[in-house]
Amino acid sequence: MNLNVNSVDSLVAEIQGLSGSTQDVNHLNNLLKQSEDVIRSQAATFASCLTRLDASLHSLGYLYVLEACTAGPIPEAQANELVLSVVRFIDMCSVEQIRLVPDKFISVCKRLHEQVMVLGAPMRAVAPLLTAIRKIQLSSEHLTPLHPDFLQVCLSAKCYKIGYSILEDDILEVDQPRDFFLYCYYGGMICIGQKRLAKALELFHNVVTAPMSSMNAIAVEAYKKYILVSLIHLRQFSASFPKYTSSVAQRNLKNFSQPYIELANSYSTGNISELEAFVQANQEKFENGNNLGLVKQVVSSMYKRNIQRLTQTYLTLSLQDIANTAQINTPKEAEMHVLEMIEDGEIFATINQKDGMVRFLEDPEQYKTCEMIEHIDSSIQRYDIRIAKNHETVKEADNNGRIYVM
Amino acid sequence: METEEEAYGQMTDEIYSNGGDGEALSQQQQRRPIISGEQLDIEAYAALYTDRTKISRLIFIADKCDNVSMQLEALRMAYDEIKKGENTQLFREVVQKIDGRLGPNYGPDSGWMDAVDRRAEQRKEKLENELNAYRTNLIKESIRMGYNDFGEFYYTHGALGDAFKNYVRTRDYCTTAKHIIHMCLNAILVSIEMGQFAHVTSYVSKAEQNKNDLDPITIAKLQCAAGLAHLEAKKYKHAARKFLETAPELGNNYSEVIAAQDVATYGGLCALASFDRAELKAFLSFIAKVIDNINFRNFLELVPEVRELIHDFYSSHYASCLDYLGNLKANLLLDIHLHDHVEMLYTQIRNKALIQYTHPFVSVDLNMMANAFKTTVAGLQKELEALITDNQIQARIDSHNKILYARHADQRKATFQRVLQTGVEFDRDVRAMLLRANLIKHDYNLKASRKI
Repeated sequence: MNLNVNSVDSLVAEIQGLSGSTQDVNHLNNLLKQSEDVIRSQAATFASCLTRLDASLHSLGYLYVLEACTAGPIPEAQANELVLSVVRFIDMCSVEQIRLVPDKFISVCKRLHEQVMVLGAPMRAVAPLLTAIRKIQLSSEHLTPLHPDFLQVCLSAKCYKIGYSILEDDILEVDQPRDFFLYCYYGGMICIGQKRLAKALELFHNVVTAPMSSMNAIAVEAYKKYILVSLIHLRQFSASFPKYTSSVAQRNLKNFSQPYIELANSYSTGNISELEAFVQANQEKFENGNNLGLVKQVVSSMYKRNIQRLTQTYLTLSLQDIANTAQINTPKEAEMHVLEMIEDGEIFATINQKDGMVRFLEDPEQYKTCEMIEHIDSSIQRYDIRIAKNHETVKEADNNGRIYVM
Repeated sequence: METEEEAYGQMTDEIYSNGGDGEALSQQQQRRPIISGEQLDIEAYAALYTDRTKISRLIFIADKCDNVSMQLEALRMAYDEIKKGENTQLFREVVQKIDGRLGPNYGPDSGWMDAVDRRAEQRKEKLENELNAYRTNLIKESIRMGYNDFGEFYYTHGALGDAFKNYVRTRDYCTTAKHIIHMCLNAILVSIEMGQFAHVTSYVSKAEQNKNDLDPITIAKLQCAAGLAHLEAKKYKHAARKFLETAPELGNNYSEVIAAQDVATYGGLCALASFDRAELKAFLSFIAKVIDNINFRNFLELVPEVRELIHDFYSSHYASCLDYLGNLKANLLLDIHLHDHVEMLYTQIRNKALIQYTHPFVSVDLNMMANAFKTTVAGLQKELEALITDNQIQARIDSHNKILYARHADQRKATFQRVLQTGVEFDRDVRAMLLRANLIKHDYNLKASRKI
């Protein structure tokens, strides 16, 4: 039996008729697939179907038509309307039905992303794309092709917090390496926005050390940011790669990010004026890489690095001496830095304002409290689960390996 | 064990007396005047060496020395020395350096040069003919001699690269172990002159393979050469070992490379700079006790300053030890082999002294310590800061009260911290690993699907 696509009416009737049981929907899917070309070639005609279909009940049919409508170039005048209808559809569509044709759903969402960018209103796509991810995602460990789009939209709209919410899921399954690279890169940038530098570092690290057979621009940019974030967060940077890094990356990454490597070298000397001079001289390069902001953070983290080193060496030190050794202009500024660091829990110290003395203390944590024990306990359990899962994956890979061999 | 404790106790006592009491310090210094403060006596220095190294050392002094009269003195002696030999190339260099400042007697003697060059030309021709004759007759021993003669010829004329090549070429014609050792010694000599210390190491080990045929003097020579190579490679510990093992039979037998005094100086400084506490103790007690067959003691007697400074270091008279070092410095900087390493060795010795000083205490008064090290409190604080950051001293400075407190790590706390840290790292690594496994799997799938 062929689908009757001679007129709008007949198509609507067919879709409405076959949107009931799972069996019917599957059947409808086959039928629609056969007449895909026809729908696409006459997209303009069939666009009127959309008003007569219910997005939640007839999601599958709706999706086919919507995809056909959005496939071609869209005049600017209609962009707004289109965005509205896609957003409505994403909100209402039925999960079971759209999962039959994930490709179509994803391409519609990607069109949404494009259109909001054209309209200059990335904010409008933030919530719909998050919903879309949740609907298409098989499990929270699954990376969908929509992840990078969502994160990019969040970045453009500066909605770091909502973007960060999906970064908290542990992604373990990846279909497309490119999606994964972009996910980590944009994710890292969102983490920087949220000041979650450890997480950002982890994400960039994933890109840099990912298996790859040829160089790609995402890895290069991620490596640059990795260097900067490592300097800001860890106050040091080790130029050696872990041994599992692909040989392509080990050979080429450094060549592509020369000024950044030099910046790290200059940082390790602990000399602020030298670092500032270097940044000044290479300002253009950093600006072109859109990293100037981070580079400036690197410079200011240098003060903190110098102060932190003092805590290992001194028990008491006057603010004046801190200013001198850490190359800070005035004792007042030094006090501000120390105060900030105490507040952030980076160092343990007390400032005596009467004689301008800072007393550095040891970490007061005694690891004796109930909370600490609980924290350790829960960590152990989490790692336990992780080990079990790891074991499973390895076993599975082993099975797969045998299949490949055959 | 008991004696060790005793020595320890004694030592700390002396630190107090040394650091705390300025008067006692000055008295001590009066008792033991420091000898080697004066300028280097070039003539006496040069007399220790022979051959080419004498000339290169003199030229080196002239290059490094700021004192014009000393410079000219060195150049004059170098000039005289070269005139005895046949090295016209070096002669031209020295004449250029003198630049007429020593009067007409020390000008470019072209007559002499021409004569030497002509003679050299003839000799070379003769050697070539001889060698060709030997080669056609295929007499191994003669060929070896021929190459050896060539090596010597080039060496005296200053063509070190060619000399080295010819010496090494004799290797194919060596028939006895003696020959091999001879070849190695020649190669080592030329390599040291060229500054190719990598060759030195390899030829030393080659020579040492023929254990049975080595006489004590040769062993001592090889040890010196190896020591120099290690020194040059900044492996001070190995260098110290080699120099300390050198047998006193060396005497003046290796004056074309090194003087006995140098063995003491190099060995002593390297040992101070690189040995850890236990090693240093073994080394010091072995010098302190008068045992008949100690090699190094005999060398040390030649350079009393080094002996004194080692004793001072051992008995924790750091101020006087550092004084000796300071006085020696100017002369050591004029030494061709030690020049590049003086600064580094000095810093290491000083750091070692600082570490050793602080080691036994729970708290140290910085004023007292600065006294003992003849420096200001601020300067000392800087030095200590560097050492603490390097984790060489486990202590923290109370800059308010100028006291250094030893820091005892809280094992329990550190363990907890490490455990938590390791947990976080493990979690992250496993996650990253799973991801990578996934990506690799994807790559597999892709390849598989392409094949189909």
